[in-house]
Amino acid sequence: MNLFFASVQRDLLVHFRHPSEVLNPLVFFIVVISLFPLGIGPEPGQLKEIAPGIVWVAALLATLMSMDSMFRSDFEDGSLEQVVLSEQSTFTFVLAKVVSHWLLSGLPLVLLMPLAALLLFLDEAGVWALTLSLLLVSPTLSLLGGIGAALTVGLPRGGLLVTILVMPFYVPVLVFATAMVHAAEAGSDTIGYVYSLLAILFGSLCLAPIATAAALNLATDQ
Amino acid sequence: MLQVLNAGCERDGRRLFENLSFTLAPGELLQVVGGNGSGKSTLIRVLLGLYTDCHGDIEWAVDKAPLYLGHRLGIKQSLTVIENLRWFGVLREEPVNEFRIDEAVYKLGLTGFEDTFCAYLSEGQRKRVALGQFLIMDNPCWVMDEPFSAIDADGLSFLMAMLQEHLDVNGGIIISTHQSITIDRPINTLALQ
Amino acid sequence: MFNWLHRLGSSKIFFEISGRWQVSLLSLSLLMLAGGSVWALLFVPPDYQQGNSVRIMYIHVPAAILAQSGYVMMAGAAAIFLIWRIKLADIAVKCIAPVGASITFLALVTGAIWGKPTWGAWWVWDARLTSTLVLFFLYVGVIALRAAMERQASAGRACAILALVGVVNLPVIKFSVEWWYTLHQPASFSLMEKPAMPAEMWLPLLVMVFAFYLFFFAILILRIRNEILVREKNADWVKRWLEVR
Repeated sequence: MNLFFASVQRDLLVHFRHPSEVLNPLVFFIVVISLFPLGIGPEPGQLKEIAPGIVWVAALLATLMSMDSMFRSDFEDGSLEQVVLSEQSTFTFVLAKVVSHWLLSGLPLVLLMPLAALLLFLDEAGVWALTLSLLLVSPTLSLLGGIGAALTVGLPRGGLLVTILVMPFYVPVLVFATAMVHAAEAGSDTIGYVYSLLAILFGSLCLAPIATAAALNLATDQ
Repeated sequence: MLQVLNAGCERDGRRLFENLSFTLAPGELLQVVGGNGSGKSTLIRVLLGLYTDCHGDIEWAVDKAPLYLGHRLGIKQSLTVIENLRWFGVLREEPVNEFRIDEAVYKLGLTGFEDTFCAYLSEGQRKRVALGQFLIMDNPCWVMDEPFSAIDADGLSFLMAMLQEHLDVNGGIIISTHQSITIDRPINTLALQ
Repeated sequence: MFNWLHRLGSSKIFFEISGRWQVSLLSLSLLMLAGGSVWALLFVPPDYQQGNSVRIMYIHVPAAILAQSGYVMMAGAAAIFLIWRIKLADIAVKCIAPVGASITFLALVTGAIWGKPTWGAWWVWDARLTSTLVLFFLYVGVIALRAAMERQASAGRACAILALVGVVNLPVIKFSVEWWYTLHQPASFSLMEKPAMPAEMWLPLLVMVFAFYLFFFAILILRIRNEILVREKNADWVKRWLEVR
């Protein structure tokens, strides 16, 4: 437990001292969203209809952008092998990393949802559903992305590879989250989607760190 | 403390070492020597369990995992000296009191740098921070890979004293270095080709 | 029992046994493929709704079935490698990936060909094709990871972990894609829906599926044998075998 909280605190401290690492993916998120009106046309009706999809794809891309930094600096400065060498649970370490990643990239994205909704003319029901769906899903994104980040941590240009590896795993959450927003806009009940997203979250919470820890042990094996 | 029987290891298709057998008893220092690329670092990683593509019997008889100083120091540039030292303690689940950390900072010659980010320290100073883990915790076995690199003359004598002190309390040390070690103890040497 | 398992996992023994069966396996599979294709093309009556274009089903469906079972087989080999460290299993993972990816690609292409006369478009985002596309990306991921880590000793285990994570996600992905499709096309005539088929239609399909499986294994064995030769090139038995050839 001590390791968990100390690790989260350490990550937050490191990132607050280098805010650009945290801000870049967020700026990327807004930039990507802004490209769509430029590419498709400014008509509100058109944008409103495809807004959930756009916002969600941009959120996935922004998350994948920030994924690379999850383990890389620890790997490069030798902290990772110290963790593996200590007799502490790598599973706990991974959970701590996921939590700090979520706090630094998932949560800010959730807070940016209203801005995204503004840019794409989403109405109130849509905004709430969008924010709630991202709140439910962003931990899952960090959990699943962590697997990709851990597998590629030793590779020099692992960033793009993480995207290729992890995107298929994001398909289910993308499907359910956007469906949830569309349902909310149409006025129907969204509780079923909430349950599905929670189920995926808890499933990932139990299983993903196992794979991530195994991949981290692999990375230090050299 | 450590018993190795017929250890052998390959790397990138090359056989690094074969049929290696040795022991490390409390109060002993084992120095691993060899040219560049002879497998010193790999042997150390094999002993620690960080490199698993090997065969042979490696038996540790210690109650805590050894402390390790590798090529990558294990400290974060964006954290201060004190924060890095504290992290070592947390990682090893050792209750480290502040007094011991202050004492370590003094011994390491880093007084005045406690709250400096390690990014602003010189390489030798960073090495000293990494050496701090050995001072703030009690651990029977120390494993060091080229600890003398980047250390200046002052640091050299300090490090020798540190090693001597650890051996005097019956600790074991495995060290890979070209440097000739001047301590008041017999040194077992393991030469790799 | 484990002794037997380890013997089975010996590359040398696999090489010897597969060498004896390789030619017959390949010939049989090609024969069945040819026979099944002729049967499907010439002797099966045209479908009531789709006419002659239904004949592409005899390639598309076996390819799609094999694409999926290929991934499951790869994951099975990955699990064996991670648990028992049998190197042949790692070779299997490495070799199944490109073969599976090619068959998935074939399924996609034939799916598109099937779609053209039926929907008028070269591609439709229906449930089956979309999940086949995601499966293709999963294969590509394993191949890409292996390629990026080629030099590293841990490449095998990393790809094995990825394959296992993929196989666990596969049912979730399939389910979510089917769900997604029903959301957007409520009154769907699924391209791949097979109402009760008369025997004269599903018999050749069965033959083709079986033929595809045989062909898959034949090609896989070829690749595995090649990989064994590459990995064990310093072994005495390989040198002797090369001399004899």
